[in-house]
Amino acid sequence: MDFDWLFLTEIVFAGLGAGGLYALTGLAFVMIYKATRVVNLAIGEMLMIGAYLCFGLATAMNLPMWLAILVAVIGSGMAGALLERVAIRPMLGESPISVFMVTVGLASILVGVVELIWTSEPRRLPEFMPSAPVMIGEAFVPPKVFYGFLVAATLIAVALAVFRFWRGGVALRATASDQQAAYSMGINVPRVFSLSWTVAAMIAAIAGVIVGAVGGISSTMGVFGLSVLVVVIVGGLDSVLGALVAGLLIGVVESLAGGFLGGEYKLLATFMILIVVLLVRPYGLFGTHEIERL
Amino acid sequence: MSAAESVLEVNNIEVIYNKAVQVLRGLSLSVPRGQIVALLGSNGAGKSTTLKTVSGLLGLENGELTRGEIRFEGKPLAASKPHELVRAGLFHVMEGRRVFEDLTVEENLVSATYALTGRSGAKADYELVYEYFPRLYERRNGLAGYLSGGEQQMLAIGRALIARPRLILLDEPSLGLAPLLVENIFQIIARINAEQKVSMLLVEQNASVALAVAHYGYIMENGKVVTDGPAERLAADQDVREFYLGMGGHGEMKSFRDIKHYKRRKRWLS
Repeated sequence: MDFDWLFLTEIVFAGLGAGGLYALTGLAFVMIYKATRVVNLAIGEMLMIGAYLCFGLATAMNLPMWLAILVAVIGSGMAGALLERVAIRPMLGESPISVFMVTVGLASILVGVVELIWTSEPRRLPEFMPSAPVMIGEAFVPPKVFYGFLVAATLIAVALAVFRFWRGGVALRATASDQQAAYSMGINVPRVFSLSWTVAAMIAAIAGVIVGAVGGISSTMGVFGLSVLVVVIVGGLDSVLGALVAGLLIGVVESLAGGFLGGEYKLLATFMILIVVLLVRPYGLFGTHEIERL
Repeated sequence: MSAAESVLEVNNIEVIYNKAVQVLRGLSLSVPRGQIVALLGSNGAGKSTTLKTVSGLLGLENGELTRGEIRFEGKPLAASKPHELVRAGLFHVMEGRRVFEDLTVEENLVSATYALTGRSGAKADYELVYEYFPRLYERRNGLAGYLSGGEQQMLAIGRALIARPRLILLDEPSLGLAPLLVENIFQIIARINAEQKVSMLLVEQNASVALAVAHYGYIMENGKVVTDGPAERLAADQDVREFYLGMGGHGEMKSFRDIKHYKRRKRWLS
């Protein structure tokens, strides 16, 4: 029997598309972890808030789609800053587990808010991406997936450059490494905190709009955050590059497992990767190893 | 001495941790412009707390300034946040060096440029740091976590140089370093003080090396100053020689069997 190469290519492309979104959301997670050492379980729900804000602005207020997205991203950023100020800042200096639990609570509050305003019924975002089919070679790629991937790739590239070449990247990493010492360098630590939450919320909102455009929005779309958690653990919690590589890897593997073995094997494949990576590299593929001087 | 001549003026401060433990009980000291002032004392006397109170880092450790006043350049600094103080020219080199381990040496120096925020015309002078510490230049692209203890201390002082402060608070620069290295570091500290016209408040357990570079010294016990005076006078003082420099009255090492030692020490504590 001849192997269906075209089918394989299409599946890999679809996987890369999904992986791009994983990586983008992973980037939002990494932003927060890098600066504040908070494991933010509410990242999927922050993504959902972004998507619903955009939906609300576009349908209830009849804004044109581009404006709705813009306002939703800015609004999400402000919401992120507010969450940090109200829920995370008071936890400064508490044990990581307590802060982690706060984000779990945050996640269910956000779901509750969405269900109060928009009910738990699934919705569809208005169409806004070009619908002409995209062909790469002979393979057909759904246009939404293709453009979503482009946006995700661009944002991640920008983030990588910023961390490498901008002085603020140093401030962020210094804060993550030692808050007290960062203060004593003249770094405004509280501002680094709220800035990282703001930017992360904005990135999550963009990812949310794309995810919603591809698969529709609902109050359970925060589950997407769970796959992202796997992505960032595999990539190394504090590595932007790790989020990118692991996001694409898991996207492709999931898509391959779904295409060749059947949909129920998707999660199995994902978690197999997680276990194997943790066995071999406990800090993730690109995570920072703790330096121990003897 | 009048307030105009001193960079730092600490008047009668009291500090309480966790609203329960009183660490400083009416401590006063002053740092004259351009001088090195040593603050000596045994473990738990409150030396590090004094520095943290001045630099505003106390709040991060649940400490509170309940009485007294601190003036930097003649202005009271009760309400200032730590990063604002650094930007105003008061730099704290913390105990245990506290370099950012997963940043490179150069990035560590870059992080200190935030201290220059809001100062017009101030540019980071990396050359200056590498001039004082050529070793850091050799290792500028390596991770700070892999430096030796001495090199990390150089980096910690290097960050202070980048920030161009008017006053450096130095907390135990000799901690965990080999004697030869300690001497080396203190020579550079004295050079920086003389050449860069930076005033310093130096906390040390190693009294002899601290008094060798300092102009003036304070000795504290239990949260307050018990003796102070010019460094040469302190170094020659009978009690100080015996309790802090580990020498007997005639310069030879003191025996543990001496009972009078204990009695005189007890009088100090009361």
